[in-house]
Amino acid sequence: MFSYCTDPSTLEGLSWLSCYLTTGKHMNLYISVFVVLVLLAITAPVALLFGFGAASAARSKFLPLRWFGMGYTSIVRGVPDIAFFLFFVIALDQAFEWMRHKVKCPDWDQPIRQGIDFVVCDAAKLPLSTAPQWVHETYGFFLAVLTFSIVFGAFAANVLYGAMRAVPRAQIETAEAYGMTSRQAFWRILVPQMWVYALPGLSNLWMVLIKATPLLFLLGVEDIVYWARELGGTKTARFTDYPHPNWHVWYFAALLVFYLCFTKVSEVALDRIMKRLTKGQATAGGEAQRKAAA
Amino acid sequence: MKSLILGTAALALTAGMGLADTVRLGTEGAYAPWNFVNDAGEIDGFERELGDELCKRAELTCEWVKNDWDSIIPNLVSGNYDTIIAGMSITDERDEVIDFTQAYTPPDPSAYLAQSADVDLAGGVIAAQATTIQAAFIAEQGWTLVEFATPEETVAAVRSGEADAVLADNSFIDTMVGDGLVKLERTESIGGGVGMGFRESDAELRGKFDAAIQSMKDDGTLNTLIAKWEVASQW
Amino acid sequence: MSCVETIQAYAFRSLGFGERLLPKGEYTLCEHFTLIGSGMIWNVYFGVLALLTGFFLAVALAVGKSNANPMWRKPAEWFIFVFRGSPLFIQFFFAYACFLSLKGVSNFFDPFTSAWLGALIVLFFNTAAYSGEIFYGALLSIPKGDIEAADAYGMTGWTRFRRITFPTMMRLAWPAYTNEAIFLFHATTLVFFSGFPAWRQKGDALYYASYFADKTFNPFVPYPILAFYFILLTLLIISIFGFVNRRLNKHLPQERRSKTKLKLNLIR
Repeated sequence: MFSYCTDPSTLEGLSWLSCYLTTGKHMNLYISVFVVLVLLAITAPVALLFGFGAASAARSKFLPLRWFGMGYTSIVRGVPDIAFFLFFVIALDQAFEWMRHKVKCPDWDQPIRQGIDFVVCDAAKLPLSTAPQWVHETYGFFLAVLTFSIVFGAFAANVLYGAMRAVPRAQIETAEAYGMTSRQAFWRILVPQMWVYALPGLSNLWMVLIKATPLLFLLGVEDIVYWARELGGTKTARFTDYPHPNWHVWYFAALLVFYLCFTKVSEVALDRIMKRLTKGQATAGGEAQRKAAA
Repeated sequence: MKSLILGTAALALTAGMGLADTVRLGTEGAYAPWNFVNDAGEIDGFERELGDELCKRAELTCEWVKNDWDSIIPNLVSGNYDTIIAGMSITDERDEVIDFTQAYTPPDPSAYLAQSADVDLAGGVIAAQATTIQAAFIAEQGWTLVEFATPEETVAAVRSGEADAVLADNSFIDTMVGDGLVKLERTESIGGGVGMGFRESDAELRGKFDAAIQSMKDDGTLNTLIAKWEVASQW
Repeated sequence: MSCVETIQAYAFRSLGFGERLLPKGEYTLCEHFTLIGSGMIWNVYFGVLALLTGFFLAVALAVGKSNANPMWRKPAEWFIFVFRGSPLFIQFFFAYACFLSLKGVSNFFDPFTSAWLGALIVLFFNTAAYSGEIFYGALLSIPKGDIEAADAYGMTGWTRFRRITFPTMMRLAWPAYTNEAIFLFHATTLVFFSGFPAWRQKGDALYYASYFADKTFNPFVPYPILAFYFILLTLLIISIFGFVNRRLNKHLPQERRSKTKLKLNLIR
């Protein structure tokens, strides 16, 4: 990075550290911070969407749909996320390729499962094997987002389901009295009001989601913890210009600070959202705000 | 119409096997000197050089992919990359699910690292990376086995006195000798040579790499490479 | 080996009884189920003990955090913040490193680097922090009238806490606490996965599941079996906690009872 970094063995103190912390490998660590943040930023709304879908399904009058919503929430919630991640991504990838295979290569005569091998035609491969590396990585990222969303969607569904039932019954009855259809009452009355009830649970879920990011490596995404583990390990002079003993403690301490800061920022932000949501709501918190303003 | 589709399918098939295709090489990137990530953040090591040379000889375009060790075989058979080149010993168990090329390094004994040369293996605590052939070996001997998730932690355990010795590949032990740790005289012959792994349905690609390895063995470049990275004994 | 023999040989393998060597060669479904089930003993052990011990610390933390005196409030706040704000595996890492260095100080700390004690302590602190926050939230939402009524009866201090504050807090916190218990049992899978070493191949359910996945190279059998066991465990937890919940709300009129249950579904 810097011009004086050409021969690190002659450097000492801060200049050594400045070179060490700007190696290509450390850059990967910094990039991974962004990857994790982007992943969280995408996963949260997607998971919320899944959760909303499942919660609505669980309330549905149509029995199979209700079973699906209930089954999804209770089964996925029952499984530890690690156990889920260890086999689910591969399964998901294979499911996608299998579906593409059925569409794109209807004349394929070989079995798809050959022993333990999973063989689909080349045109069905995801991404195509001719695709550049960044496409593969983006696809891996997409799979990770999807898997995370499925897992956390189940928890979100549980929270939203509770929230929907927490909206005072009288509100819906009033809506019906005004002549709204049940669909209108759902979208115009129930959904806008449920968030204030859901937020405590959802913010808790967000905290849990942040702390699940170390598991990203199981999904093939190189996250901060992977790089911290890799960079912190003992490095002998044979394989690096910056030999050092086991520095895991320092790297993990940095991670600890990162996660604590992130948690703090999230807490403050969620607090603000809660204040905004409470505004004008028929809850004790909303009442308190009204009184304070008056 | 039908023949047309068949035709394109056949074309796609041959194109898939053709030269234009990129072969994806899967490795772990955490196993110096075999494969590791260098300061620049790129995959480096014995297998990086070997793989690049093999691809050149087989006239293939290759691309490196990193994958976690635990899921390296499931991801191969599921088609996420085309071959494993990650210091993987050829064992019967692995050979049942995937196919190997001929070995590119001869079988190398596993070695012990300890704080002193006169450690009592049978009565002591031996560390190994979880679910490796070394861990299985120690368990079979009836010694006290303690397993850690990473090789780094096994060495740290010996340093802290949690374990009396660690059993691992000779080349890995060599990189860790010094700073109060010594290699024991005793070695164990477990595991076969190291080879590249392929899907069983991918015999053609395996054949290409097998031939390339043979040619590197024949002209002595493989031995030079082994000597350069000190990964194993010579052929 | 028949399935009955397999069960005899491996049912308590995770504790060190039975066959010394793990199965080799065939890896039947029966072996999968038996060994992974055997590993579940550890998950249950960690979960149950951490939950029971963590409960008391959690109550203390909740009371501490709601205390006006910063001498009590600050430590409780920080404890909860640090343990809720960091990933469990970092906590395991630092705890292990810490116990290891303490070992050099005194023989007393020898067992602390073993999972059965060291990991238990971490899980104990962790669950105490999470439950402490839940209890704290419940403490804040205790109806003012309840406390005022207690005051009117002349109850103070310990008596008021024991007879009014604590039972109400429990009732309000219970559904969220149920979820925390589920999360805790799930978290026990991390103990051997990234944290503490496994001695003599005695590990938890995930340890044996990954043993099989590593030998058969097929993740689609052992991990779903693990998932199956955990779904059973989760159902068990939900029914036990549900039973307690009914006891806690026994005195409430039927309509109000169901209402609390619904409303409190929302935390987590």
